[in-house]
Amino acid sequence: MKIILPIILIVVTAGLMVIGLTSVGQTHGTVGIAAGRAFYGLTPKSTTPEQALNNFLADVQRRNWDEAFAGVSKSSGGDEQEFVQSWLGSYGSLRSFSNLEGFDSRPVHITDNDAQMRVRLHWSTPVGPAEDVRDFHLVKEGEVWKTVWPRQEVASVPAQVIPVTYLRWDLVTGSSSDEWGSRNMDAPHVRIISMNAVDTAEGAVVMGEVVNEDTIPAFVVVNAALVDGASRAIDEESSFDKIAHVLLPKQVSPYRIDFPNLTLKNVKNVRMDVKATLVPASADPVIGVMNQKLDTDPQGKMVLHGDLMNESGQTVNIPHVIASFYDNNGRVVWVSDGYVDRALLPQASEAFAVEIPRSVAANVHNFHVVVNQYSLNRS
Amino acid sequence: MRILKISAVLWLCAGLAAAQDFRVPENAVAGEDATISTSGGGKATFYLVGPGSARKADVALGEEIRIGGAELRTAGAYRVVMCAESCQSASFYVSAAKPFSLAFLVHPSRVPVSQENAVSGVALPFDRFRNLVLAPQNVTFLLSAKNTAPLSHSGRTQDGVAWFRTASSKAAGPVQLFASVEEISAKRALQQVASDPCNLRINGQRTAGGVIVQTDPVHDCAGNIVPDGTVITFTATDARGKDSVDAPVKQGVAKAKLEAAGPTIVSAASGVVMGNELRIEAQR
Repeated sequence: MKIILPIILIVVTAGLMVIGLTSVGQTHGTVGIAAGRAFYGLTPKSTTPEQALNNFLADVQRRNWDEAFAGVSKSSGGDEQEFVQSWLGSYGSLRSFSNLEGFDSRPVHITDNDAQMRVRLHWSTPVGPAEDVRDFHLVKEGEVWKTVWPRQEVASVPAQVIPVTYLRWDLVTGSSSDEWGSRNMDAPHVRIISMNAVDTAEGAVVMGEVVNEDTIPAFVVVNAALVDGASRAIDEESSFDKIAHVLLPKQVSPYRIDFPNLTLKNVKNVRMDVKATLVPASADPVIGVMNQKLDTDPQGKMVLHGDLMNESGQTVNIPHVIASFYDNNGRVVWVSDGYVDRALLPQASEAFAVEIPRSVAANVHNFHVVVNQYSLNRS
Repeated sequence: MRILKISAVLWLCAGLAAAQDFRVPENAVAGEDATISTSGGGKATFYLVGPGSARKADVALGEEIRIGGAELRTAGAYRVVMCAESCQSASFYVSAAKPFSLAFLVHPSRVPVSQENAVSGVALPFDRFRNLVLAPQNVTFLLSAKNTAPLSHSGRTQDGVAWFRTASSKAAGPVQLFASVEEISAKRALQQVASDPCNLRINGQRTAGGVIVQTDPVHDCAGNIVPDGTVITFTATDARGKDSVDAPVKQGVAKAKLEAAGPTIVSAASGVVMGNELRIEAQR
């Protein structure tokens, strides 16, 4: 008995070690858990579509590009460099600052020779966690399954010179004179033109639109305070990134202010406050929002999708889309936003999609999209 | 700290004050010398406390005490205490000197045209020691804009302040504002800007794959061209969906290229102002 117990323990431990070293982390339904093998050369063979996709994504996650590309079907277009770039991003896009934190997948359909898997990719980005849902097509090549990686079309723009003659506003702080009234410069005049407060499953939401009524650009922040019956502030929040902060003259932006875990049940009043400061700005680049359409995505969610068209000669590194949705009476019923993870090259377009919650989808009658742009060569 | 100590002594002495035998200046002016005449004989201690200075000195009674202009730079109430066997006190007031500079505050720095009571200005005269001149002064305000007759307004300061309020004119452009007191003047500028666009009209033409739309020159209701950079939102709706572009006005006109196929409705808006709708049969 003295010998048997240690032997059993050693055998079980050794068995668990072997299992741990040879198996890939099971990511099905598990959000944010890194997957992959512990040591090179111990990857289980991709004998099933699930196994193949898990191996592939684990290699991508660990940036083992050679291994990952080895798991790509020969029927895919493009070379390894294009493949790597598609995952790493380029031109200072949001993707180039992001990391694949985890993934979970489920089969859509599987036959003997091909399969379609739906994968939810969990990214960590500078603007917060992001999810990307993609369908992967896998084919059986010999004894193993491989992932088909469709070649991503990169906009091919001919060499050209694009004259930029749009207005630009600079700020001069004035002379050194300290005389009273010699440096007066009024803040831009901005106005909240609509406001709507609703309860959602995540909490209370205050949203609407704000317009810059002035003739100069404004940096705008909208704050809201929920006030109870005794005129006490229950909570105060700001629009953070759910607004186009820099508004050119007469430009309208949606805003959304979230109050997580709060309901409007005890709220008697909503106190709005809009702050505007004068900032240097440029009317360039102009970004068109094309082919906007409400649709249902493969997961059954209602989305507004379209294409952003950069009409200027400047690369927009991180495009940010903010959309306001109106009901029949023109009232703002929801504001959604989304970042585009690829850079918007000059004279090129990129697709975007923003989600509309099921609770308001039926009331949406019209919408308006504005585009925020972050360019690395501008502060 | 020194002023506090002397003040404390002064108030203590003032409490013991007997009949007054010295005379303080009646019309002292900031920055000018003043004298205090005394009577009697012997030595006394002289204290002077004002809003900006304090002094203690041994003086001979029966002689005049000279107070230099440098000690009276700050306008306001001064207190004198003279202590011999007992202490006596008196107060006198130092007025601001004649106006030397003018603080001129104008609000706002930008104003839409044709707004009632939209422009206001406040003038405050100061002497060379930065004392507010409380004595009434005649102030003249002058507003001068290109292609319009200058507008003049006169008034007297009350408690050191004179002000005016007026409407903005109908023409956009810079406005010079002057305020003057005697030979002193101050100049400010404000910008009269076009108001909201009025009668926003667009026209368009078909191109391969879409339409090019542009506005007529965008004016406000007073006929002023809106400033460059003003955003016009163009929206084209066809069977495929909706296209929109926020295009800035350039030289009075905003222009955008929109994708469209088949019957297309194009509209324009600027802020809360809507323009006309355009129906175009775009190329398929």
